[in-house]
Amino acid sequence: MATPQAIRPTQINVPIETESVKASPMAKLKIRNLNFYYGSFQALHDIDMAIQPNKITAFIGPSGCGKSTFLRTMNRMNETVRNTKVEGELLLDDENLLTMDVTNVRRRVGMVFQKSNPFPKSIFDNVAYGLHVNGIRKKSVIEDAVQRSLEHAALWTEVKDTLNRPASALSGGQQQRLCIARALAVEPEVLLLDEPCSALDPIATLKIEELLFQIKNLTTIVIVTHNMQQAARLADSTGFFLLGKLIEFNDTRKIFQNPGKKETEDYVTGRFG
Amino acid sequence: MMVEISRQRKVVNAVMLSLSGLCTVVVIAVLFFILGYLLWHGISSLNLDFFTKLPKPSGESGGGMANAIVGSGKVLLLATAIGVPVGFLAGVYLAEYSGKAFAFLLRYVVDLLNGVPSIVIGIVAYAVVVRPMRHYSTFAGGLALGIMMIPIAVRTTEEFLRAIPNSLREGALALGATKAKTVFTVVVPAAISGLVSGMMLNLARVAGETAPLLFTALGNTFWSKGWLAPTATLPVMIYNYAIAPEEDLHKQAWAAGFVLLTLVLLINVTARVIIARGPASARR
Amino acid sequence: MATSTLSQQDSRLAVHSLFKRARGGDEIAYLLTLASAVGILVIVGLIVVELWINSQPTVHRFGFSFLTGTRWDPNGDHFGALPFIYGTCVTSLLALLIAVPFGVAASIFLAEMAPPGISNVLTFLIELLAAVPSVIYGLIGIFVLVPFNRDYLVPVLTHLFGYLPIFKGDFYGVSFLSAGLVLSVMVVPFIVSVSREVLLAVPREQREASLALGTTKWETTWQIVIPNASTGIIGSIFLALARALGETMAVTMVIGNTPKITASLLSPGYSIAAVIANEFAEASGSLYVSSLIFLGLVLFGLTIVINALARIFVITTQRRGS
Repeated sequence: MATPQAIRPTQINVPIETESVKASPMAKLKIRNLNFYYGSFQALHDIDMAIQPNKITAFIGPSGCGKSTFLRTMNRMNETVRNTKVEGELLLDDENLLTMDVTNVRRRVGMVFQKSNPFPKSIFDNVAYGLHVNGIRKKSVIEDAVQRSLEHAALWTEVKDTLNRPASALSGGQQQRLCIARALAVEPEVLLLDEPCSALDPIATLKIEELLFQIKNLTTIVIVTHNMQQAARLADSTGFFLLGKLIEFNDTRKIFQNPGKKETEDYVTGRFG
Repeated sequence: MMVEISRQRKVVNAVMLSLSGLCTVVVIAVLFFILGYLLWHGISSLNLDFFTKLPKPSGESGGGMANAIVGSGKVLLLATAIGVPVGFLAGVYLAEYSGKAFAFLLRYVVDLLNGVPSIVIGIVAYAVVVRPMRHYSTFAGGLALGIMMIPIAVRTTEEFLRAIPNSLREGALALGATKAKTVFTVVVPAAISGLVSGMMLNLARVAGETAPLLFTALGNTFWSKGWLAPTATLPVMIYNYAIAPEEDLHKQAWAAGFVLLTLVLLINVTARVIIARGPASARR
Repeated sequence: MATSTLSQQDSRLAVHSLFKRARGGDEIAYLLTLASAVGILVIVGLIVVELWINSQPTVHRFGFSFLTGTRWDPNGDHFGALPFIYGTCVTSLLALLIAVPFGVAASIFLAEMAPPGISNVLTFLIELLAAVPSVIYGLIGIFVLVPFNRDYLVPVLTHLFGYLPIFKGDFYGVSFLSAGLVLSVMVVPFIVSVSREVLLAVPREQREASLALGTTKWETTWQIVIPNASTGIIGSIFLALARALGETMAVTMVIGNTPKITASLLSPGYSIAAVIANEFAEASGSLYVSSLIFLGLVLFGLTIVINALARIFVITTQRRGS
């Protein structure tokens, strides 16, 4: 694993107090009493959480712990799966996300998936797609937005001469950055990332971590990762999930250096399972 | 910051999704219309005479299609006797023996045969059987339909045999069974329900075929004098009666249509139900 | 243990011969299956050869002008096939024009919207449409569709669009229009069942990526899912076209059987398959028969090309989808 000295979170982070995580009135996303069911199976139990704006929040935990399910409730992506049910409150800027228009929710809360999934279109059209469906037709506006998004995704210099080539010609890491650019193009208020680096090599992973660091002033980032070092490097706050429950949610440094719960300690020290 | 998504987009979404549902309803409504219409007109024209009597000469009312029912049975029996063994064995060859290149060629040719219009098969059966023998015959009709059954028979067999796990073959071979023994006493029996229902679907498909019979089995207003003589068949009778000018013949055509469709759909649905349940029982 | 050398030898021989016999059975089974496989190649070869040889008189007599000639005169021994080719093309294209929107829309509904259980049942019903024998479609065509067209559809069409050449002229019921309508119902199930398959094969991630950008279900379907499946859908349309071109009975019963080239869809016409069905059994004279067989060869060639294209399209999407 490469050690990204340049972006060590400890040097940049402003530590957040535990209390402020829960009570902050300025939280971007507030989750209260959230329960989630696949059919009769309860996948999430009573989740409470507040996600701060312009910070990176990471979820860790063993596979099947519910962290991805939780992430996918935040833009209601789980609704594409049949037989699911959500209970509780999900507030986006104090507005109930569960009763808002679903299309609108997803416009405001973007998502990047585990496997890069570029559309079978050109690089340019991939990024422009979201703008296009949102009714933006002016060529110059779209071109500017595409360039800006690709720059934010640290991909512009690599692809600026090949914008009309199919996205499938890019490498895996580039494809994932393209997907991030595509998500950024519609200027989401929150960007959800579901294990975005799990299929990538360490160098591509590093690039993505760097760019996430760069864009956190643009948007609020929530990332699910199975890689604890990644959470430690990137996140301002980290939540640890186990068996559908949020065991602990706190400042990242606290989670990794001085966890409050036995389960968290077992997991971050590798004693778990 | 971008605006909320527009009302127009939501309306387009709702309208287009409803339209696609509406199209589905229309297509299915056509099916129910056809079924309902045939049921209505068919049953009211149907009586015992239909199954037991010969057609009456033109102008007289009454009569039935007993000869056509038997004729269809004979033609289909022949077709099955020709098409199923050839197709089955070739399917076994594809699934169990064939090398890659030959399999590619054979599959391509089988697909090609499947795409040949039925009337063209009729021409060929005419050219190779009717013309040399100088008369129309049940056999020529059976041959035409038999050739039409081959492609589906091959594909069905190959598909269902391939679905049988290799562990079963290895198990039999490990006991010292020969390849042929393995294939015919272990693999084929394991796939039998799929194979039988596939062949039923195949039969249902050709049971309604009319075009290839027009100049092979031809037609006959009496009992057929044997396999080498022309015979009446249900589909050809429906056609002849439908285009005839007499009202009474139209009624008979509806009755025959009802009988034919009921038969075809019954076989079809039964076979599909067996296939739909098949994989579960095979896994057990 | 063995009691005597003789019986031991006996049993050894018996085992040996059993082994040989089994080996022989193995060979026979192999040869039988191989023979069947080769037999199919022979049959298809025979079809091509028979069509080719038997159409030679016409090929020699008329050559290429057979395909472009418009006069079909069995009594005068003059044969031109263009009216039939025209009729086959017009009815098939008309059928596609109607069937494609309905079929694609229905497959979208079945793949993207309906819950799997309901989708399976509805697809099953639609596929039953394909099982209905074509002579039954003809029956319904003659006694239901033709009167319906005469009494309701065509008066409305001529009232609204009577100025268009395709809706000009008298209408007797049997016509290109009626044939196209019957064909459209017959080919819809092929479009639905194949298109639904290729739509279902589009990776889930593609839909999610699009939805996550804040697009509506329809936008995702139309702009992402359908382009992903487009070659497969085109394949299903070609498959339907091949079916329509070769369809015989239903068309024969409602097209009017009049060799005619006219822009009006209301006019009676004729198709390749229909003329073979109607005239083959009664054709006398080798040139007449040969001309009909040549028509069969044309039909054969057309459907093979279209089917091959369909397969190429469908296979490429399935590969990409997996």
